[in-house]
Amino acid sequence: MKSIEQTDEAVIRVTELSKRYGNFLAVDNISFTVRRGEIFAFLGPNGAGKTTTIKMLTTLLTPTDGKLLLNGYDPVREQDAVRRSFGIVFQDFSLDNELTARENMVFHAVLYSMPKNVREERIKMLLELVQLWDRKDEQVKKFSGGMKRRLEIARGLLHLPQIFFLDEPTLGLDPQTRNLLWNYIRELNEKEQITVFFTTHIMEEAERAAHTVAIIDHGKIIARGSPKDLAEQTGTTSLEEAFLALTGKDIRDEESESNGRMLGRMLRGRR
Amino acid sequence: MNVIYILWLRQLKRYFRSKPRILGALGQPLLFLFALGFGFGPVYQRAGEGNYMQFLVPGIIAMSVLFTSMFNGIEIIWDRQFGFLKETLVAPVSRVKIMLGRTFGGASVAVFQGIIILVISLLIGFRFSSMPALLAALFFMFMIAVLFTAVGTAIASLLEDMQGFQLIMNFLIMPLFFLSGALFPLNDLPAAVDAIVRLNPLSYGVDGLRGALIGQAQLGIWADLGVLTFSSFVLVIIGGYLFSKIQI
Ligand SMILES: Nc1ncnc2c1ncn2[C@@H]1O[C@H](COP(=O)(O)OP(=O)(O)OP(=O)(O)O)[C@@H](O)[C@H]1O
Ligand SMILES: [Mg+2]
Repeated sequence: MKSIEQTDEAVIRVTELSKRYGNFLAVDNISFTVRRGEIFAFLGPNGAGKTTTIKMLTTLLTPTDGKLLLNGYDPVREQDAVRRSFGIVFQDFSLDNELTARENMVFHAVLYSMPKNVREERIKMLLELVQLWDRKDEQVKKFSGGMKRRLEIARGLLHLPQIFFLDEPTLGLDPQTRNLLWNYIRELNEKEQITVFFTTHIMEEAERAAHTVAIIDHGKIIARGSPKDLAEQTGTTSLEEAFLALTGKDIRDEESESNGRMLGRMLRGRR
Repeated sequence: MNVIYILWLRQLKRYFRSKPRILGALGQPLLFLFALGFGFGPVYQRAGEGNYMQFLVPGIIAMSVLFTSMFNGIEIIWDRQFGFLKETLVAPVSRVKIMLGRTFGGASVAVFQGIIILVISLLIGFRFSSMPALLAALFFMFMIAVLFTAVGTAIASLLEDMQGFQLIMNFLIMPLFFLSGALFPLNDLPAAVDAIVRLNPLSYGVDGLRGALIGQAQLGIWADLGVLTFSSFVLVIIGGYLFSKIQI
């Protein structure tokens, strides 16, 4: 793994990256690379800094410190070239509620200057894939949460980028759609060599799909390797156990999930 | 070009799909038109100034265009809160183009809102001078609309949420409107008020509209044209710059 990292095959290269909100350090001096054609899972507890990192990589946020390289371009200084390189499904809602499903798709296609014939074909194909084709002319505000999510995913897949960011793409999806999505993404990855950078809180998803996993906690990367490596490193048998072993060292072990996290953060903030 | 068009189209679709918004935006201008128009009409007449309704209508059209376009610019805050803004901000399109598309869309909607006021005014007896005058009036409406959509965009680019909105409404939009000569003629004003009116770009929009529709431009139609063009240009640049610096 090490030797590959050092080659020019790195399609994402993050060097000593930090992001500060006020005096809170959300991302704390992280470095990592993602190889071209890799499926890379970026895992970590709530508030670890995953979305913040993705925002910096995707030009939505400027880093406080550090260097970024995405597809050979700098997200701070070469924004247009960077934006041409990736597609993204955001963690939180990003559709236009007043427009129909189809209109949201067309809007996206035009922003990404897709030729009209390709556009129509792909819109149909993807809306069928996420089973929204027969509701394509309904306004998004009439959709259920999961349907909105499916539409966002279809939209994210519309133009074929070289790098795909999926920030908790399966949030709120039923198991059927989750499987469908992952099968499709793996297929894309194999056929088109698209690099996939995703986050999730469902460890089995990462275990099944990811070639490489990086675990971030409190803004720092604390482990990196294949799901198997991580299990071996921690002497556990699954990624979920490895994740808990790595991130649950302190107070979260004893407490119930969310309370534990809050309390943990408070205590840590004090020291 | 396509990008600007699709953004323009989006603004129009959102507008025409939201009937309550169209009606809501008519409420205040119509109230002013009826209450002030009929209320001050007799006094105005007695003062020897002529027909107040004729004088007022261009001012109310400007008001309607001002409110709608400011509001459309500020819609960016909604888009930010509802998340859609991210979709446009990561697209491989210059943000200036995105801002222009939004601005033209917002401005078109505002002009349409002004046209509705004009039509209602015609129904209650307002008369404009000629057909070419109508075209000139549309042009002035458009200039006012572009200018203030850009102002709205600039402000919205600096705000994170709607909390500052009331502040803008009370300390910017209302003063702009009241101190623009929309409601009163510019003769014999106290020096301070006169100075403020002359510094307010909306005054030139109101004056241009009045010049076009009823032939009563007090600041001069060329001054109106010059000031509006110049300030729209500057504000579109400022708005475009601030918009392109948005972080989420
Ligand atoms: N705009 C902001 N201003 C201040 N703090 C912020 C802001 N955005 C995020 N943070 C803080 O930065 C930290 C990292 O947030 P981030 O959204 O990156 O977490 P995450 O790893 O994506 O978590 P989750 O799994 O819950 O999505 C959090 O503690 C969060 O409170
Ligand atoms: Mg997140």
